[in-house]
Amino acid sequence: MSTSGPRLIRSTLGWLEERAGLGGAIGPVMDHPVPRSTASWWYVFGSATLALFVLQIATGICLALVYVPSADGAYQSLLYLNFQAPFGWFLRAVHFWGSNAMVAIMTLHMIQVFLFGAHKYPRELTWIVGVFLFLCTLGMAFTGQILRWDQDAYWGLGIGASIASRAPGVGDTLVQVLLGGPIIAGRTLSRFFAVHVFLVPGILIGMIGLHLWLVLRIGINEWPMPGRVVNRETYRRRYEEEVHRDGVPFFPDAARKDMVACGVVVLAVVLCALVFGPFGPHGVPDPTLIDTAPKPDFYFLALYALFALLPPWTETVVILVGPVIAIAVLFLVPFLASTGEKSWKRRPVAVLSVLVIVLIVATLATLGVTVPWSPKMEAWTAAPTPVRYVKGRTGLELQGALVLQNKQCRTCHSLGGEGGQRGPALDGIATRQTRDQLIRQVLQGGGNMPAYGKNLSPAEVNALVAFMGTLRP
Amino acid sequence: MTPASQSRRGFLFRLGIFLNVLGAALVGVPVVGYVFGAARRRTDGQSWIELGEVGRFPVGETRLATYENPISVAWDGATAKVACWVRHIEGDRFQVFAVNCAHLGCPVRWFAQSRLFMCPCHGGAYYEDGSRASGPPPRGLFEYEYQVRDGVLWARGGQLPTLSRRV
Repeated sequence: MSTSGPRLIRSTLGWLEERAGLGGAIGPVMDHPVPRSTASWWYVFGSATLALFVLQIATGICLALVYVPSADGAYQSLLYLNFQAPFGWFLRAVHFWGSNAMVAIMTLHMIQVFLFGAHKYPRELTWIVGVFLFLCTLGMAFTGQILRWDQDAYWGLGIGASIASRAPGVGDTLVQVLLGGPIIAGRTLSRFFAVHVFLVPGILIGMIGLHLWLVLRIGINEWPMPGRVVNRETYRRRYEEEVHRDGVPFFPDAARKDMVACGVVVLAVVLCALVFGPFGPHGVPDPTLIDTAPKPDFYFLALYALFALLPPWTETVVILVGPVIAIAVLFLVPFLASTGEKSWKRRPVAVLSVLVIVLIVATLATLGVTVPWSPKMEAWTAAPTPVRYVKGRTGLELQGALVLQNKQCRTCHSLGGEGGQRGPALDGIATRQTRDQLIRQVLQGGGNMPAYGKNLSPAEVNALVAFMGTLRP
Repeated sequence: MTPASQSRRGFLFRLGIFLNVLGAALVGVPVVGYVFGAARRRTDGQSWIELGEVGRFPVGETRLATYENPISVAWDGATAKVACWVRHIEGDRFQVFAVNCAHLGCPVRWFAQSRLFMCPCHGGAYYEDGSRASGPPPRGLFEYEYQVRDGVLWARGGQLPTLSRRV
């Protein structure tokens, strides 16, 4: 009995191998020698991204077993997943946190290969396919956010349609193709479901296959050494020599760290899912409930912030041309510098570019979280006037305090740290503007402030300015 | 020996290519029409929609009105509904605004006290007549055509208002 078991397994495997020959095909792939220097923690991000993709497919298929891709049923089915389907909340949570992790780790992978010069000769095509994978993954993130058919999804589509509509000449056509109809409704959701579940995953699977094939065919990028420049005539021969002289088999020598990294990211996603639970759905997707402040998921927060901060006259050009240029630059990276130094230690421009881009995106995303440009719609009723600003004031000044509150000035102006940040804080305004300047600003507006001339009586203006004249530190 | 172009093998090869191209075209053309057909319309997609009796909109005030989009499918659910802002100026003079901000389409809210529409997304603000007051919007609010018939207010709509299709 003790020997018949293994013998049975061995004979079954032998039977399979004789017919399928998979062992013979996969064996050399696993054993292929890689430079010893690449068995490093820096080289794990690609496999970790792949592990997350597999996790997304597995949880995505499970969610599709229950999810109803219909505008009148999607929201209910998400609530059912959250509260009734066994482990439905967990699978939704893993899918959400997995998507965040996939975008994050994929970005790390991209930065790592760029800093290690892996986009240079002869791996240009690997980089280009990688850029496609990056764009497809962001496409998955956006379409997935739409499938969470709530208020954010609905108005997020509105933002997408508004951006598309700015395209000269074809704007209206683009909007109709995007929405699948005249308004954001049932046909829109069906479209995004098909794109998220069939189209883009299919492209991703094909592209990942090509990406991996290229890595195998050309060999993983060796650890870059300062001074070892890439030269089209000698590079491949020197790479072969290094692998031959000092290579280690991919499995298990290099794969060990990949395996640990894959396990760690999956466990981290599971931990986030357990601790934070599923994300949304938020408000019901009813377009007549307009008391909502739509916000994108974190990967698009930077873009969202950019739309608020761009000068209006640059906006259409930046929105339409900016992404085209950014994507074109990504595709052109391997051709702009396809030979020469690979090490980040000898590529100051490359390192600086990464730092600047990361800083810009992080700063914009942070602003996207705090949204200083958004009016605080409830401040006029929710934020009290600080006591020190009403103590010892005259009747006229107190009346002015009421005008400031009732005319909703605090939607955009804060007082005592409470209120909107769109306009300047009004604490200490008396030290910055004279009475005449204040009157002019209130009546005529300007500098991004609406004019209140028609909405305030002379008596109200008089009281308001009297009150503001007392606002000193 | 007949030349390849005249042999039976050559004929079969070319027939094979022809049949497959024909098949791809017969399937492909309808597929393109199916996917992009949404963009082709015989009409401008607008129709007159009843918003309610004039009495529902007090003079001098701005109220939210809702309607079912005239073009919809059975499974649209709540998303078939559309909201708009109705400003009753006086008598038969109205203004009917889309709720969608002209900047990026977020729903603007009306503040009767300061007589402003404000957008929660990027802080666009509009005066009560819909003109742009401040913030990133490139223009004023989108305005629907309207008419008053037998004491009932009607507006002409049916499409998502955007910069390339101003209602």
